[in-house]
Amino acid sequence: MLGEARVGDRIRVLKGGRSYEGILMPRSELGDDRHVVIKLDNGYNIGVEVSNARVERLAPAEEPYSRAFPEPEFSPEKPEITILGTGGTIASKIDYKTGAVHPSFTAAEIINAVPELADVARVKTKLLFNILSENMTPEHWKKIASEVAKELNGDAYGVVVAHGTDTMSFTASALAFMLKNLTKPVIFVGSQRSSDRPSSDAALNLIAAAKVACSELAEVVVVMHAQSSDTTCAIHRATKVRKMHSSRRDAFKSINALPLGEVGEDVRLFGSYRRRSEGEVYADTRLEERVALFKVYPGVSEELLEYCVDRYKGIVLEGTGLGHVPENLLPAIERAREEGVAVVMTTTTLYGRVDMKVYSTGRRLLNLGVIPGEDMLPEVAYVKLMHVLGITQNYEEVRGLMLRSLAGEITERSLADAFY
Amino acid sequence: MEGLRVGFEIHQQLATRKLFCNCESELREEEPELKILRRLRPTQSELGEIDRAALEEYLKGRCYEYEVPGDVSCLVEMDEEPPHNVNIDAVKAALEVALLLNAQPVDEIHFMRKIVIDGSNTSGFQRTAVIAMDGYVKTAKGKVRIPTICLEEEAARKIREEGSKTVYRLDRLGIPLIEISTSPDITSPEEAREVALKIGEILRATGKVKRGIGTIRQDINVSIAGGARVEIKGVQDLNLIPKIIEKEAERQRKLIEIAQELKRRGVEEVHLEFSPVDVSEIFASTESKLVAKVMKRGGVVLAVKLPGFRGLIGGAKEEPRLGSELAQYARIKAGVGGIFHSDELPSYGISASEVEAVADKLSLSEIDAFVLVAEEREKALKALQAVLERAKLALKGVPEETRVAQSDATTRYMRPLPGAARMYPETDLAPFVVDEKLIAELRASLPELYEEKIARFLKQYNLSQELATQVVKSERAQLFEELVASGASPKLVATTLVSTLRELRREGYAVENIKDERFREMFALVAEQKLAKEAIPEVIKALSRTPERSCEEILAELGLKGFSEADVRGLVRRVIKERAEFVRERGEGAVKPLMGVLMKELRGRVEGRVVMKILEEELRGYLKDGFQG
Repeated sequence: MLGEARVGDRIRVLKGGRSYEGILMPRSELGDDRHVVIKLDNGYNIGVEVSNARVERLAPAEEPYSRAFPEPEFSPEKPEITILGTGGTIASKIDYKTGAVHPSFTAAEIINAVPELADVARVKTKLLFNILSENMTPEHWKKIASEVAKELNGDAYGVVVAHGTDTMSFTASALAFMLKNLTKPVIFVGSQRSSDRPSSDAALNLIAAAKVACSELAEVVVVMHAQSSDTTCAIHRATKVRKMHSSRRDAFKSINALPLGEVGEDVRLFGSYRRRSEGEVYADTRLEERVALFKVYPGVSEELLEYCVDRYKGIVLEGTGLGHVPENLLPAIERAREEGVAVVMTTTTLYGRVDMKVYSTGRRLLNLGVIPGEDMLPEVAYVKLMHVLGITQNYEEVRGLMLRSLAGEITERSLADAFY
Repeated sequence: MEGLRVGFEIHQQLATRKLFCNCESELREEEPELKILRRLRPTQSELGEIDRAALEEYLKGRCYEYEVPGDVSCLVEMDEEPPHNVNIDAVKAALEVALLLNAQPVDEIHFMRKIVIDGSNTSGFQRTAVIAMDGYVKTAKGKVRIPTICLEEEAARKIREEGSKTVYRLDRLGIPLIEISTSPDITSPEEAREVALKIGEILRATGKVKRGIGTIRQDINVSIAGGARVEIKGVQDLNLIPKIIEKEAERQRKLIEIAQELKRRGVEEVHLEFSPVDVSEIFASTESKLVAKVMKRGGVVLAVKLPGFRGLIGGAKEEPRLGSELAQYARIKAGVGGIFHSDELPSYGISASEVEAVADKLSLSEIDAFVLVAEEREKALKALQAVLERAKLALKGVPEETRVAQSDATTRYMRPLPGAARMYPETDLAPFVVDEKLIAELRASLPELYEEKIARFLKQYNLSQELATQVVKSERAQLFEELVASGASPKLVATTLVSTLRELRREGYAVENIKDERFREMFALVAEQKLAKEAIPEVIKALSRTPERSCEEILAELGLKGFSEADVRGLVRRVIKERAEFVRERGEGAVKPLMGVLMKELRGRVEGRVVMKILEEELRGYLKDGFQG
């Protein structure tokens, strides 16, 4: 149908006495296969149905233009930070012909796009991999943790990890558990509007992340827009943060805790936090990957849970209310205890603490050895259980570690203003 | 006119919901509570470069405040949610217009992102798509081609500027907009008016476009032989179009003449160097109040030489003149109120000796001119720079630019003509396939054009030519047909919807606020004889004040309700009885005086002929055998 014509070629489509001339464009994944897309000389794209058309190739595609940016010059007084790339686009370049967005990740490219970064720090970049955050696995967490530790033990004053937002809180909390003796800041950052658009939140988030990477905070945190306005970013503790909206810039919220701070012109930290200090950071990347996150809901089948008991070493339940499950799940839970599968209770309400001594179902669950997850987010409990089971599989030890706050994931006091 | 070329770019809002979300396309006048503050960062071009001037602006803190009226805007307008699927009603309405303009719909619609970083779009781009190509309209002089018809989103509404912050309201953002671009095939000012009228009529014939101020905008592109394309925005009154074009052609002719004369005098760009001279001391004791005031505030008077320009800048009154162009550049680019130039001096209190002193200081020759600016130094320098920039353009003739129309049909400089916009595909939307079935459906139900409709109204409803034309062109043509179909008198409905409404509007009643539903109620009441047609204007007046209340409620309030036939009959009998002697004396001749008495009570509530009929019946009966019982 298209004959010799390739994407980027100048073509003419002749059909029913009409002719359309322009550049042949790649087909959208959402499109059908009866049309071709051409970019007209006025810049607009149109789709032309070609089942009864003749396509002429007028000229081959022009070579794409590429340029190298000069190496940026940094002031030697600024601290050095490392930006690790894992996916998503912080800086990107559009091919206005095809509409393809090409990520840029060299320091030169990033500084070209966000020159203000050079006022904050000397920037070094390293692209670890480039995957969509939904494809992130525990293997990737380990790799990121090891790289971060390496950078922190090297010259980096702080590390910024650029990450897709969908599963950012999983990776961030994994690092919070894995990085032992953390003495410097580790900042996760992403964007909810891609960086090819003028309204992107990427630049503001990245600048704020760089500022936090130079601050006194020695924790793993997520830095993203604090509100819909492009004014300030919030600093969220990795083990208390959750993406609460599918599309808004301020999708990330601290749950059962207040943000650790705010970034405007400067970084403002409030409350108690771990401070920058000296010492070697160590990445304990042991993980028991056979852990399931199991959501409880009316009508949930016991078969599903039985399956998990067969296959997994640990199960995090997302129970109803204070931490309950319907009766039909109790036999599977009892079997889990017998077979040495650790079961941790969290709540579907996300906000609030589980308390299984208030109602009879809860008390039965406690008697069956279910470990209360306190006010941990279900996803955080899931990551933590992997980490803990990677260290020990002895029930009492697992129970002890799960009940103790290892990286700020459990708060001792339930603050009144942490629910809004 | 020799070599005149005119084309249009017409933007018309559609009367559907918004293009990419389900919000209503309505504006809100009250300031909403929710406001968000945003920045728009210039993005990399195809070559990976960033517009340095735009980035500079950004880094200086340029920002945008968006007011979010929550009932007519949502996360989509806030750029906090991807666009929903394109509004099918808007696509259909746009395709309908395209077919009426003889254009060929594209097989598949692809929305593009057109980069716009003046803040008028929260995303930093406008979504726009070509929906049809190769249309035309016919005029008395021939065809005017319409190469493309686009469907796009309307921009946010600018409320005000506050220093480096621009405030926009999101109510208008996302309203579907159809853009019709003609080729520059129009060759006379009158033909231009005809084209604008014709396209306007076609748009309105669909019944799917918004009406009222700001819902249609026509930009006129004008050039003459040897001139350049100038885009004129802000044309509100179609009747002004020929005048605007004539004046623009005249302006271009004058600029070409000036360029030729400058060439003859041997003036070149290198002669126009920016070397402003401070001439404040010459004006130390000036009579010019304006200059004295500026100096008192600590301002300065700066002068710049325009070699070879003498006599070409123009005296005070003769338009078009280069002087206005220089002044407009200075105003737009430096924000100064005005400039003085040597062709118009001495004047404005500036004396001949002061002019001479300036000329001396600048060592002007016979053919040189100068421009003065009295302002604070920074601003004055910027203004003179702008003047010089514009003077350089005068060497070449007519600069391509965007101008804005004034109410006297003159135009003012607004900005340079925008370059080709950067566009890339809107990947958040799937392509929209325009299948043959949809086009066939639209073709089968295309609306009548005005001429056809007027002809039909004449025949079908027996209206006068004038009334038929007015009804067809009014916003309520559809309502008219609906009301007549339900049994109302065509003449009465037409008169009400056209003449009565027009008169009341002139008297200052906000009749445009009255929804069609109220007219349906009104004519239903007329049909049930609960409302006399004489009372219609009173009811409309009341409705315009409280359009949310039903006709029934209005009637009750005005006391226009409750006169059934039986009530009238009762009143008639009472009146006859009370005047029994008079009635017997006059016999049937009493009808007229009794009508007078009755109508005093019933005027506006019951139609005169109904009262008359009952009165005649009752009178006849009474005279025959008195009232029974």
